[in-house]
Amino acid sequence: MFTSTSARGTHPTKKRAAAITAGAAISALLLSGCVQSQREEDGGAAAEGEVDSTFVFAASSDPASLDPAFASDGESFRVSRQIFEGLVGVEPGTADPAPLLAESWETSEDGLSTTFALKEGVTFHDGTEFNAEAVCFNFDRWYNFTGLAQAPSVSYYYNNLFRGFADSPDAAVYESCEVNGDLEATVTLAKPFAGFIPALSLPAFAMQSPTALQEFNADDIGGSSEAPQLSEYAEGNPVGTGPFKFDSWNVGADLTVSAYEEYWGEQGDVQTVIFRIIDDPQARTQALQAGTVDGFDLVSPADIPLLEEEGFMIVPRDPFTILYLGINHTVEELSDPLVREAIHHAIDKQALIDQTLPEGTQLATQFIPDVVDGYNEDVTTYEYDPERAMELLAEAGYPDGFEVQFNYPTDVSRPYMPTPEQVFTNLSDQLSEVGITVTPAPDVWTPDYLDRIQGTENHGIHLLGWTGDYNDTDNFIGVFFGQEKPEFGFDNPELFEALSEARGMTDREEQTTTYEEINEQIAQFNPAIPLAHPAPSLAFAPRVDSYPASPVNDEVFSMIELNE
Amino acid sequence: MLRVIGKRLALLVPTLFGLSVLLFLWVRGLPGGPATALLGERATPEAVARVNELYGFDEPILLQYFTYMGKLLQGDFGTSIITGRPVLEEFATRFPATIELSVVALIFAIGVGIPLGYMAARHYGKVLDHGSVVLSLIGITIPVFFLAFIFKYLFAIQWPILPPDGRQNPRINATHVTDFYVLDGLLTGEYDAAWDAFQHLILPGLALGTIPLAIIVRITRASVLEVQNADYVRTARAKGLMEKTIRSRFILRNAMLPVVTTIGLQTGLLISGAVLTETVFAFNGIGSFLRDAIFELDYPVLQGFVIFIAILYALINLLVDVSYSVIDPRVRVQ
Repeated sequence: MFTSTSARGTHPTKKRAAAITAGAAISALLLSGCVQSQREEDGGAAAEGEVDSTFVFAASSDPASLDPAFASDGESFRVSRQIFEGLVGVEPGTADPAPLLAESWETSEDGLSTTFALKEGVTFHDGTEFNAEAVCFNFDRWYNFTGLAQAPSVSYYYNNLFRGFADSPDAAVYESCEVNGDLEATVTLAKPFAGFIPALSLPAFAMQSPTALQEFNADDIGGSSEAPQLSEYAEGNPVGTGPFKFDSWNVGADLTVSAYEEYWGEQGDVQTVIFRIIDDPQARTQALQAGTVDGFDLVSPADIPLLEEEGFMIVPRDPFTILYLGINHTVEELSDPLVREAIHHAIDKQALIDQTLPEGTQLATQFIPDVVDGYNEDVTTYEYDPERAMELLAEAGYPDGFEVQFNYPTDVSRPYMPTPEQVFTNLSDQLSEVGITVTPAPDVWTPDYLDRIQGTENHGIHLLGWTGDYNDTDNFIGVFFGQEKPEFGFDNPELFEALSEARGMTDREEQTTTYEEINEQIAQFNPAIPLAHPAPSLAFAPRVDSYPASPVNDEVFSMIELNE
Repeated sequence: MLRVIGKRLALLVPTLFGLSVLLFLWVRGLPGGPATALLGERATPEAVARVNELYGFDEPILLQYFTYMGKLLQGDFGTSIITGRPVLEEFATRFPATIELSVVALIFAIGVGIPLGYMAARHYGKVLDHGSVVLSLIGITIPVFFLAFIFKYLFAIQWPILPPDGRQNPRINATHVTDFYVLDGLLTGEYDAAWDAFQHLILPGLALGTIPLAIIVRITRASVLEVQNADYVRTARAKGLMEKTIRSRFILRNAMLPVVTTIGLQTGLLISGAVLTETVFAFNGIGSFLRDAIFELDYPVLQGFVIFIAILYALINLLVDVSYSVIDPRVRVQ
């Protein structure tokens, strides 16, 4: 019986066996063939010696939204900065505001009205003219957001800086926008806002084409505030005035923009930018080494020497960051100012920087980098002095030191803290020298770590930091110490009041002096310990001659210079 | 045959039902409930209440279940919390990558594994046999991400003969019809694009295929060894049948049953291996997306994924069973 049944199946079996063998043979052939072809391709490109106008940049994730008004993350803004321009830009290489689509502006004495003179001859990528009407359309659009668009998770920056919408005018900072002529618009605020002009340099307040916003229902977002669904505009129809227009977005793979021919400014070497999405940091480094991308951001400090040795260009940004050791004042020992001072003296910031942070990192004496208004050159500092630290601890009643929980995040890399685990180890060592024993408390960055630090009292000392959005002191110290927060657990009404007053000041000079005083007040109170202003670095292929690194990431790729 | 297929498909219904109930209970059993999982521990009671109302978490659980299933049956898997896009759309754009990769890995594993296992058994106790045993041991013991890393380091960075990452060189600007890039290139006549996409599949495919390859080699070798000493083979030889006939009709065919089972099981496991392989090769398939979903507790994605994988597993099992009856007609009789 067996023989007879098997006979029926002879042919298919034979065929299958043959197919398998053939498959293996073809695979082997293809393998050797592709080796050949790859070599030829590489050789060919190098031999021509022309500038390849396609620039490939490795991004760490997809943009969250192509509509910058509904975005707040770095990767969204990186793309936005190519497509859109705001009324205000920044002085190249600095965080200071500079004219962009507005050639100049004038603010009334009470600080409430600003009249913008607009650049002439600017068009949006869809042909719509950029004029005063377009400016007012954008301001009114933000102010009139309703429903989901008002959620802080959706219109993050408008919420934070302009505080309220048309249906809550009491809270709103914005009042109205008036068209004075084709190229002049006046924006009136309901309350003073000293940071108004610098804030407009944020991509969230970039000018977008009124035609496209309406055509693709930009404000029509679905889902919930926790999981908002993008509008048709934000998914694939962004239209700005920038040097590059949007081409395509393969979610999870790449996003392409190409030169806008009618651009008012100079176009430069790069005609097409491809953002390749590579979420693994190691894979980004390897992609650069293998030549499949031309550059990437946030290079791990450990990779820098190796990449430099291999001939890649490392471009450090001027530090616009702060890394600090947070202190929870609800822990008994830590509530004692003597103990906080002791911890400050126990830390050798320079050693920490040399051993764990990237080149270009500056030592921090206060919670703002030196380019931010209100930086106090003469602020009280605490030199590294372990002897003094031990004396202070003894004075505070802890001659043998004490034990404290040390919270730090794992598996995360931030511009201000590329390798948290290393920073933790380094600081733990230093603290143990003066008798402070730490209990390690690692957590994954999100949601665990942030939830624990920012939402609960269950932590001791911790690592956290900040990257500034634009040149505004409040954007640093106001965020940290402007109100009572579980992160620090202290109530210092004097400090809260001072910060609140400074934020509302209209006179820039007066504000700067006030912030200098506040920085001294903070240094004396020692609510936490500023450690360093780490400099995030970018890495580029040798064919890149220069890259317009900016402390606030205002990097437009039309400025890139290529040699090959 | 049709009856077998029908029966298996019918069995899928209670399986999926059970699974959906378990999943549903799991999500509702998350610490603090699904709203807290979504919003984080810091969420205010008002925000939790709002989300509960919005998603219907405050409804009776039975009603919630029927609403969820009702939507599911209409193809509505919900919206991803991470990306804000419909889960089904996310799967649709990312699955082709993973499937393409798994197919290459499987072709490699089967194409090399079966001949190698067969040859090892034929040359039992000789160098080829020992070599294959050692190789398959190495293949099984080395974790897939490590292999992926080594392959990439050697063949894409140290000795750059193959692309190190991605699915296709984005400079090519290829047209995408089905999102299966190799297929797209062939369909649209952009053969360069197809070739480029294929090259991008080789290293991750080899890395992902190594473990199934090692297992297939071992199973094939063991199975062929067993069958070639079976009584009916001896009888066939005694009857004077040609060795070639004996090998193809008797040994290979009968030795294939356990191999087919193994292939079926390995196919399902490829998806989990893909999570790591895709990360190393920046290959944007479902694997890397799923990793993020797990970290972020993106439960609509996780729920949808489990259901999807269950269907896939069931279909693969069905395919294995069908192959059985092709290889061994006794199965068909049963």
